[in-house]
Amino acid sequence: MGVSSGPLLGGDGFLTTKISAVANWGRKNSLWPMAFGTACCAIEMMGTFSSRFDIARFGAETVRFSPRQADLMIVSGTITYKMASVCRRIYEQMPEPKWVIAMGSCTCGGGPFDSYAVVQGIDEFLPVDVYVGGCPPRPEALIDAVMKIQKKIDNEGPPIV
Amino acid sequence: MTSPPDPVDQIRERISGYILSESTFRGEISFAVGVESIVECCSLLKNTLGFTYLVDVTVVDYLTVKFPRYEVVYLLHRFGENYEENLRIRLKVALEQDGPAIDSVTPVWSGANWLEREAYDMFGITFRGHPDPRRILMPEDYDQFPLRKDFDVRDRESSKRSFERALDEGLE
Amino acid sequence: MERVEIVTEELGTEPDGTRKHTMMLNMGPQHPSTHGVLRVVLYLDGEKVKEAVPHIGYLHRGIEKLCEDITYQKCLPYTDRMDYLASICNNIGFILAVEKLLGIEDEIPERAKVAEVIMFELGRIESHLIGIGANAMDLGAMTAFLFCFKERERIYEILEMVCGARLTTSYPRVGGLPMDLPEDFSDTIRNFLRIFPKTLNEIDGLLTRNKIWIDRTKGVAVISKEQAVDLGITGPILRGSGVPYDVRKAVPYLDYENYEFDIPVANEGDAYARYLCRMEEMRQSLRIIEQALDNLPDGPYIADLPDIVLPEKELVYTKMESLIRHFVLVYNGFETPPGEIYHAVENPKGELGYYIVSDGTGKPYRMRVRGPSFVNLQALPDMVKGGFVSDVVAAIGSIDIVLGEVDR
Repeated sequence: MGVSSGPLLGGDGFLTTKISAVANWGRKNSLWPMAFGTACCAIEMMGTFSSRFDIARFGAETVRFSPRQADLMIVSGTITYKMASVCRRIYEQMPEPKWVIAMGSCTCGGGPFDSYAVVQGIDEFLPVDVYVGGCPPRPEALIDAVMKIQKKIDNEGPPIV
Repeated sequence: MTSPPDPVDQIRERISGYILSESTFRGEISFAVGVESIVECCSLLKNTLGFTYLVDVTVVDYLTVKFPRYEVVYLLHRFGENYEENLRIRLKVALEQDGPAIDSVTPVWSGANWLEREAYDMFGITFRGHPDPRRILMPEDYDQFPLRKDFDVRDRESSKRSFERALDEGLE
Repeated sequence: MERVEIVTEELGTEPDGTRKHTMMLNMGPQHPSTHGVLRVVLYLDGEKVKEAVPHIGYLHRGIEKLCEDITYQKCLPYTDRMDYLASICNNIGFILAVEKLLGIEDEIPERAKVAEVIMFELGRIESHLIGIGANAMDLGAMTAFLFCFKERERIYEILEMVCGARLTTSYPRVGGLPMDLPEDFSDTIRNFLRIFPKTLNEIDGLLTRNKIWIDRTKGVAVISKEQAVDLGITGPILRGSGVPYDVRKAVPYLDYENYEFDIPVANEGDAYARYLCRMEEMRQSLRIIEQALDNLPDGPYIADLPDIVLPEKELVYTKMESLIRHFVLVYNGFETPPGEIYHAVENPKGELGYYIVSDGTGKPYRMRVRGPSFVNLQALPDMVKGGFVSDVVAAIGSIDIVLGEVDR
């Protein structure tokens, strides 16, 4: 990214960059989460979105319940085998580029539910970008995960599209 | 001066024809009832004796502990006049290991519908005359009865199979 | 509405030649207003619901089976994760059930009982806030939800101070409390009692006489008294239909008979009546908390029962006997008399019952949870039949289900 000499963007100043870099910068700071909340963690996720923790400070407050309008899937809560096919289907419906946060112990590795019905970690059928431990994780932890995703987008450079 | 008659005695008297045995533990009374007379007994309890509220229907699997293997448990509640009495009794029905089946009490209390479906889902007990005898919690193509004592809690094979089938088909 | 699939299922012809459509509309399991993972299949005739078939089990985690393998103390964290909107109420219900099984109700210190009442009622407020807030949000009133959540954060703070966790509390132990109440417990709760009524009035002002809210909830999702009893429904739904049944009054536990409080009852049986019941219940909870705080005694916080209660940490580190006792209690659990008990508490959603069968060992032979949401959800098809599609959302919100408890 290059900026012309003279006062920054003042007067007739201009800025040279690549479209993909700008797009990436925009992507990073306006993540649209798709709240895939199933259980207890969903309540902490709601806490993160509402007044006190206010995820809007990180540009990720536009919660979409439709996968087609979102680029960050927050899987919060236990995923059972009955739910897993739905979860996978919803992931497939999201447009590229997309990221996944596994929120809570259950999504990371089954958590306390080592039983016949529960998937032992959603990475069995989904590519996960950030894992957040805790049962449930505090809202600060979820915010941290969102920031890690932002860092990841930054590091990855422009998406290959 | 005579004390007022104990309501439990009155109930015992009325349904004595159905009771096989009874037991009390921590002040809770349970009556064992024969499998063939459960619906009759329940209708009598609901319609004549005022047990309008069915609290719960559940099953216990006594694999090696007791014979016969299964026990269906009904928890009944009577509000009483002006909702002041609040009496609770428990009915138990023993069921055989092979092809356990019992008449459904859904015609008596419609609230038994899902409770019996769950009992079928978890223990494989057939409720004859049930209006909607499908699985309720597990996927419909699941082939085990998870709460039976001879089922291992960590046995995920059947779940995985039905997950893969669902992936192939999509959600219906 | 998202994640909706539209399938025209039946095509027939009316006698006059017009074609008849029944549309199948799949709502959920991923839908913003199904409060988790409920799936409802609606059969529609135009905008009218002909039939609604709920499909559940998307969050079935096998809690009942898991509990058969572990000691009673270790079952406690699983109870948090059933009705996670009011974990503390589930915890206390389970602890009371185990205490009843052991027959040690009379040995629980007064301080523990009173503290449990306070925590229980805080749990009720916590749950009703989400119940009302989420119901309002589903119908478009975002502000009410944010107001509710703000207060919920305050309750989280209290819970965190008392038990160290915001949501999944795992708080009391069999025999009393795991540790003494923090020093500023009374002050914090009195502070909450001062602040909370103001917000409650704000929520009241936002909704109770709001034209849109009334239009969307009055006369919607009606269930009659007879139907409600027949279906086994409990909690605010049953009371909203005119039955004054509340386990706290009917079969008192934790000495609830000594507290003065009313049971709000409405006769309309619609979503608005349930909303009013919940609002009033929160006010009554405040009343109970106030009385409990006034009577909070000093003294021991856990019963002196060496066979059941873990020894103090200090003794575990310094005394051999205590160390052994600690190990035995953690590994084998405490012995229970063989038998079976059912204990119910009035959870915010209705009657939460634990049916425990013990075979004399430290692990429950069978632990059945009678979740109120599971039974209450049965009313959904009756409630929405003949109504509009948009009222389904209001109905689900007004039942106030928690899928963790429906599916267990």
